[in-house]
Amino acid sequence: MVQVTAGEAIGRRPQFRPINVAARFAPVLFLVVLMIGFSILEPRFLTALNLFNVLRQVSIYGLLAIGMTFVILTAGIDLSIGSILAMAGLVAAMVAKGGLDNRFSVGDGSASLGLGWEFAALAAIGVGVAAGLVQGFAITRFKVPPFVVTLGGMSAFRGAALLFSGGGPVSGFDDAFVWWGQGKVGPVPVPVLIFVLFAVIAHITLSYTRYGRQIYAVGGNPEAARLAGLNVRKIILSVYVITGFFSGLGAFVLAARLNSAEAVAGTGFELTVIASVVIGGTSLFGGTGTIFGTVIGTVLIGVLLNGLVLLDVSAYVQQIIIGVIIVLAVAFDTFVKSRRRAL
Amino acid sequence: MSQPLLQMNGITKSFGGISALRSVDLRVDAGEVHALLGENGAGKSTLLKILSGAQLPDDGEVTFLGVKAAFNSPQDAQRCGIATIYQELTLVPGMSIAENIFLGREPGWANLVNWRRLVNQAKGLMARVGLEKDPLAPARDLSVAEQQLVEIARALSMRSKLIIMDEPTAALSNAEVDRLFDIVSGFKADGLSVIFVTHRLEEVMRVCDRFTILRDGRFVCDGNVADTSIDAIIHHMVGREITATQRRPAPAATDAVVLRVEHLSRRRGAEGLNAMALSDISLEVRRGEILGIAGLVGSGRTETARAIFGADPFDSGKVFIDGVLLHATSPQDAIRQGIGLVPEDRKQQALFLSLSIRANLTVAAHDRVSRLGVFIDSNAEDTLIAQYRKLLRIRMVGPEQIVSDLSGGNQQKVILARWLALGPKVLIVDEPTRGIDVGAKAEVHNLLFQMASTGIAIVVISSELPEVLAISDRIITMREGRVTGEVQADAASPEMLMALMTVDAVAA
Repeated sequence: MVQVTAGEAIGRRPQFRPINVAARFAPVLFLVVLMIGFSILEPRFLTALNLFNVLRQVSIYGLLAIGMTFVILTAGIDLSIGSILAMAGLVAAMVAKGGLDNRFSVGDGSASLGLGWEFAALAAIGVGVAAGLVQGFAITRFKVPPFVVTLGGMSAFRGAALLFSGGGPVSGFDDAFVWWGQGKVGPVPVPVLIFVLFAVIAHITLSYTRYGRQIYAVGGNPEAARLAGLNVRKIILSVYVITGFFSGLGAFVLAARLNSAEAVAGTGFELTVIASVVIGGTSLFGGTGTIFGTVIGTVLIGVLLNGLVLLDVSAYVQQIIIGVIIVLAVAFDTFVKSRRRAL
Repeated sequence: MSQPLLQMNGITKSFGGISALRSVDLRVDAGEVHALLGENGAGKSTLLKILSGAQLPDDGEVTFLGVKAAFNSPQDAQRCGIATIYQELTLVPGMSIAENIFLGREPGWANLVNWRRLVNQAKGLMARVGLEKDPLAPARDLSVAEQQLVEIARALSMRSKLIIMDEPTAALSNAEVDRLFDIVSGFKADGLSVIFVTHRLEEVMRVCDRFTILRDGRFVCDGNVADTSIDAIIHHMVGREITATQRRPAPAATDAVVLRVEHLSRRRGAEGLNAMALSDISLEVRRGEILGIAGLVGSGRTETARAIFGADPFDSGKVFIDGVLLHATSPQDAIRQGIGLVPEDRKQQALFLSLSIRANLTVAAHDRVSRLGVFIDSNAEDTLIAQYRKLLRIRMVGPEQIVSDLSGGNQQKVILARWLALGPKVLIVDEPTRGIDVGAKAEVHNLLFQMASTGIAIVVISSELPEVLAISDRIITMREGRVTGEVQADAASPEMLMALMTVDAVAA
């Protein structure tokens, strides 16, 4: 064997660099600063009631953002989640209500002819998964870019939901159904529990399973992943099924929270959700990102919107602020990457 | 004596501490066709990039038309009269021939294009290069040779004094090559000069007046083509210094054939693949043997490896592993049958640069480090990484270190470990030491020897002849998608291999 040269550097660069640490904790820092700022400006902000309120508001975005994290890790995008959510929510509502004829039977829902919430939830998730399969298939078999496929899906699934519902809402479910959106366990709203549960499952999947590793590999370098023997197509297909799953689950929880489902539900969700994921540090170029980051990003957007509402900032200005923050987050990500390369 | 058209003196350029050119000189006279020669990595591309304005030299002087010049951009060089025709043609497929010729310089007033003048001027230029087509036909309908003519017409339209052609004949048929050479000869009469980069030495003898040879980023010699021979040129291209690489110790090869490839062929453009055609490639590798494949870039050596590995499809032929027919339609299949491939471009094709050493090293071996087939067993993974870290002497901080922080040599070791962890029967290593410093090179070579001694059949593809000669037991040479020769490494010389790799009608 060749002698190892004494004193040869172990790596060309030290492992821990301030810029990496800053990049990693930037979303958390930003969240903390934001919370301190709001609590100084507005005493109503830092109360348990308000904070749980924020969490309940973000939990549906959060569920969708978990799915979106998988997609963005593979350098893909899913613009159709809001439309799938609307479609899945309507199907769930109809399963619970026994069809469109009973759409206006308001009340506790005990008089409805439909099936229980279990079937409604399964139907919503089933619709979401099916929609994800169709899109994933188009992306992997026909090699249509995800942006295009899901842009098409965004329009088509929304159209299907409108067609299907005749435009109007379907409302009034039984108590057991509504509990999933409005109930509480102790002080904690049920949607928050669902969000936390799936965040944990997703985190374990990405960090501790083969499948999770393969997602990072495919997102980091698809060609290298293929040459290392991974089934890249199957993995890419799967992440769109996952966003479909979470769109279905989110649809069910949203319908329960609003005690209603309608074809225009979830409009614009994709932007907020993609913003949460990106602000949480997941790179749109694939390969880097965490569920923890996505949770922070989701809460951050929720806190921001809540604080702005409490401060009486107009809804229009809120949209502008969100837009600017998305661009800044990506600019920051790009800046950190270029610094790394330059170092 | 008249002054030269172009004089480059002492051109020096390095990239991140690795020097690509060391004080290189190049002189081109008016009206001559000048061959720029050298092995892959000799520095030709870097020199041309400096000349065409794509890169600035660290040091040295360029004098063009008697004036000191510094080209800050390709536009700059073009304005001064230097046009470059790259191997990858750069036409806009949806635009017409005429528009492509005058792209960005359309005749007309302000931003309005004068179509009649555009077409007429294009016609004149097309006649000069012998392209008989409708000037308004879209570029996408043209053959490669015709697209090249459009590029030449574009160069002429800029009133260039010097046209650089980077391997212009690589993708042409014999008749097309003849036509190109007729045009080039016509340039000489007009006082135009051409710098011609090619690996086909017989073409150099045919059309070039003078030549310059580079080796390892240094100027070797220049001279008149009429005063030299192919043998002499080959000698200057390879002549060296084999001592830098240590020879393979006593080969441990046995008689058991592990990998056998029979009559592997693929048409050009098969399955929409933009890759070299392969014709009738047969080879065998035995247990514990290192087979070297020597060939220039574009000779089909990488394509052969990828086809065997299932990364690209092929039309006909068979691949056997231990005598069993392999039906690999994906790398996944090939890996299952015991083949590994270390691809030529480490960063693009092998590494996950943003991920940890852990993720990079075990990506193909998840079967070995998982529980219930689902969860990663991080203890098993740590053990595996520690084992290969020690065995391959990977110098790293720890498994969580990001792989892009490692040196090239250590990155390559991580890739080798990735395959070793699978216990392959055959390992194909494409350019094992590209971009690796000398010390790490010897280490990688030793690792290959060790792997061979454990019984793995190894195929090494390399552009560096000394490397192929030193580490192989047996060598096959390739040129234009064919196997052109086979020799025992101890009976081979660099000159002999270079001849097999570059000259038609070989006598071997």
